[in-house]
Amino acid sequence: MRTQLSLGWPVLRRVAVLPLVAMCGLGTSAAVSAAAGAWEPTKPVEFVIPAGTGGGADQMARLLQGIVVKHSLMKQSLIPINKSGGAGAEGFLDVKGAKGDPHKIVITLSNLFTTPLATGVPFNWKDLTPVAMLALDQFVLWVNAEAPYTTAKEYIDAAKKAGPGKFKMAGTGSKQEDQIITVALERTTGAKFTYVPFKGGGDVATQLVGKHVDSTVNNPIEAVAQWRAGKLRPLCVFDDHRMPYKAKVTDKQSWNDIPTCKESGVPTDYVMLRGIFMPAGVPPEAVNFYVELFKKVRETPEWKDFMERGAFNQTFMSGKEFGEWVAKAEQEHVGLMKEAGFLAKK
Amino acid sequence: MEDIGALFHGFSVALTPFNLLLMFIGVSLGVIIGVLPGLGGANGIAILLPLTFSMPPTSAIIMLSCIYWGALFGGAITSILFNIPGEPWSVATTFDGYPMAQQGHAGEALTAAFTSSFVGAFVAVVMITFLAPLVARFALQFGPPEFFAVYFLTFCSFIGMGKEPPFKIMAAMMLGFALAAVGIDTVTGQLRLIFGWHELMRGFDFLIAVIGLFGIGEILLSMEEGLSFQGRSARIDPKIVIQTWKKLPRYWATMVRSCLIGCWMGITPGGATPASFMSYGVAKRVSRDGNKFGTGVIEGVIAPETAAHAAGTSALLPMLSLGIPGSPTAAVLLGGLLIWGLQPGPLLFVEQKDFVWGLIASMYLGNIAGLIIVITCVPLFAAILRVPFSIIAPVIVVICAIGAYTVHNAMLDIWFMMLFGVLGYVFKKLSYPLAPLVLALVLGDRAEDSFRQSMLIAQGDVRIFFSNFLVGGIMSLALVLLLWPLFSRLRASLRRTAPAPT
Repeated sequence: MRTQLSLGWPVLRRVAVLPLVAMCGLGTSAAVSAAAGAWEPTKPVEFVIPAGTGGGADQMARLLQGIVVKHSLMKQSLIPINKSGGAGAEGFLDVKGAKGDPHKIVITLSNLFTTPLATGVPFNWKDLTPVAMLALDQFVLWVNAEAPYTTAKEYIDAAKKAGPGKFKMAGTGSKQEDQIITVALERTTGAKFTYVPFKGGGDVATQLVGKHVDSTVNNPIEAVAQWRAGKLRPLCVFDDHRMPYKAKVTDKQSWNDIPTCKESGVPTDYVMLRGIFMPAGVPPEAVNFYVELFKKVRETPEWKDFMERGAFNQTFMSGKEFGEWVAKAEQEHVGLMKEAGFLAKK
Repeated sequence: MEDIGALFHGFSVALTPFNLLLMFIGVSLGVIIGVLPGLGGANGIAILLPLTFSMPPTSAIIMLSCIYWGALFGGAITSILFNIPGEPWSVATTFDGYPMAQQGHAGEALTAAFTSSFVGAFVAVVMITFLAPLVARFALQFGPPEFFAVYFLTFCSFIGMGKEPPFKIMAAMMLGFALAAVGIDTVTGQLRLIFGWHELMRGFDFLIAVIGLFGIGEILLSMEEGLSFQGRSARIDPKIVIQTWKKLPRYWATMVRSCLIGCWMGITPGGATPASFMSYGVAKRVSRDGNKFGTGVIEGVIAPETAAHAAGTSALLPMLSLGIPGSPTAAVLLGGLLIWGLQPGPLLFVEQKDFVWGLIASMYLGNIAGLIIVITCVPLFAAILRVPFSIIAPVIVVICAIGAYTVHNAMLDIWFMMLFGVLGYVFKKLSYPLAPLVLALVLGDRAEDSFRQSMLIAQGDVRIFFSNFLVGGIMSLALVLLLWPLFSRLRASLRRTAPAPT
């Protein structure tokens, strides 16, 4: 089956490239869309989710599938499959193994970098073809609304005063983004937390509402319900800029009213990639097809709604620019994880 | 009273012909999903979720929650007929359900299972209707130590109650813990027990183990015993439903107790699986026929089914009111809510009255629709047992293989299923119990996580498990249950030695 496919590809590619070359000569921008139109999935596309059902990546993937169906953006169907084993390694290895298969895409989160570094499972983003960045997910420092702290500085000072390990920070998973942020926060402020890992972002938010821990670094979408209900209080967002959404989320505050951690004197920032990758060795026309597909998705009202509800950073990238971003992000993760002592022993 | 008005408004929302149609479609789909091992409620809903995006949210959630009901009902069918639990919470149903089917009482067992499911779910819905806000707050009391206490209680209520020697139970349980530990470790983020074999990193899924241990193992045994299902002679009589219903009121105490256990476990959110095991364990201890449990007692079907459904239903409550899913299926539904633009959480009851009360009303109606569908099909399901073994056995093996494959889309899992089948056969031959292994495999991971989280929070101080009334109470209850067999044996031997001097 596989050999048949690889025999088939060069033929298809030639067919697609010929008109592209001809039209490039004319120098029209139509060439790009023509090339994108030249390749289309010929069978259902498998959409690998390297995380469990119900989590952030899963929600986004299923929303994407819903949008694609509702607006008939693709003739073939998009089938999400959760492969969450080994902190997502199962999903990535699956895509790595499907070299040259243009009917497989994967949605990534930070575990694209953290899982191979922390566990030593042999894969790297270079084993995949970067398609597009859909958005960047923010992280916010949350405390229980009944806690006395109103700024990040007050909270960090209290944590320092209480002594090392007295304040508990809950987060999703171990040696993943939440713990990386916690360690970075400790590094820049000198406070020391006890990090308590849980399985999912929802659990984490609930533990904070129930006052079993002192703070979390939940994504906005994981904690927004409790914030609106007045159970949690956001202290600062781990980014260079404030979040752009000015519509009121609670009676008094919008996402935009949350200061950056830098403003609050706690200079730490971290954003998480929500992007799409494909197996290595796929034809560029196929990559183009998906880039165009996700561009169309971004224009739909459902997507815009979702972005605002989760206060996502809506940066979109594709092609070379995205590849460079990923390479840079990987270096940052290597640095962060090395400092934190999270790298797998070889 | 305001709530009752809201509920009736909910009924008017739910009771449109379109929604009723969706309800019946949902329940039927759910039953199919529940019958196919491996597919499961969570996967089934995840697969069908995108289809509902173009519907109004209320209709969509009605359909999805009806699939959920259907899957809950459907899980019991294969457990009773073939000893293959389609869902984790149906494992306990096999203990007495399957022996009943073997003795020719399949119809009775199915009727009892469906009816008690209905009762359990109904009680839980009533509780959701009236106690939602109050009960929701209780769930917040649960931190890691409390979770560990609940799992500990489940394990303890199981040890020492089996017919098998306690050491065999312990051995089976330990094997289960070892299997549960394979894969990624949540607390350190490291892979463990995979011996450099990356295929193993997803760990041993409960479903693969169960399909192998119970399903394939049972077929191996039947083959040895002469290629026939003993339940072949089952009478197929539509009246069986009525006859069983006449018997059920006798077991009201079991039902009430199981409802309480179920609701409590659903809210906390320990989930339907611990609820069903715990309820079975408690029923066995309390019942007058306790020593007959496991040989085909109707009470042994009623107890786990009632509790599982009460728990499964009340698991939706923390999802709606707090945004915490009480079960994997609830987690997928939660994702659905977000996609429809509804924000689950404390404000959902205030901001989306139509939706919430429509959903609650659909719980009542979906449950009734489910009961009608499955009860009318009882004779049909029971008739499956009349198919000759030589035809049905290969079909079951194929369905098992598909089920095992579906869990992770991995061929390797089918081989594991076969291995577990052989293991199940060996266990049966050496009279080791399978249930403790399965229980440990399902809950071992979670129990370990919550224990280590507690230790992190308390910085290694074990007293955290007695630090407040709630956790201390559950732990004490667990210890009492664990040591009960010792006490009773001690008392018995004292009584025997006491009269000797006189």
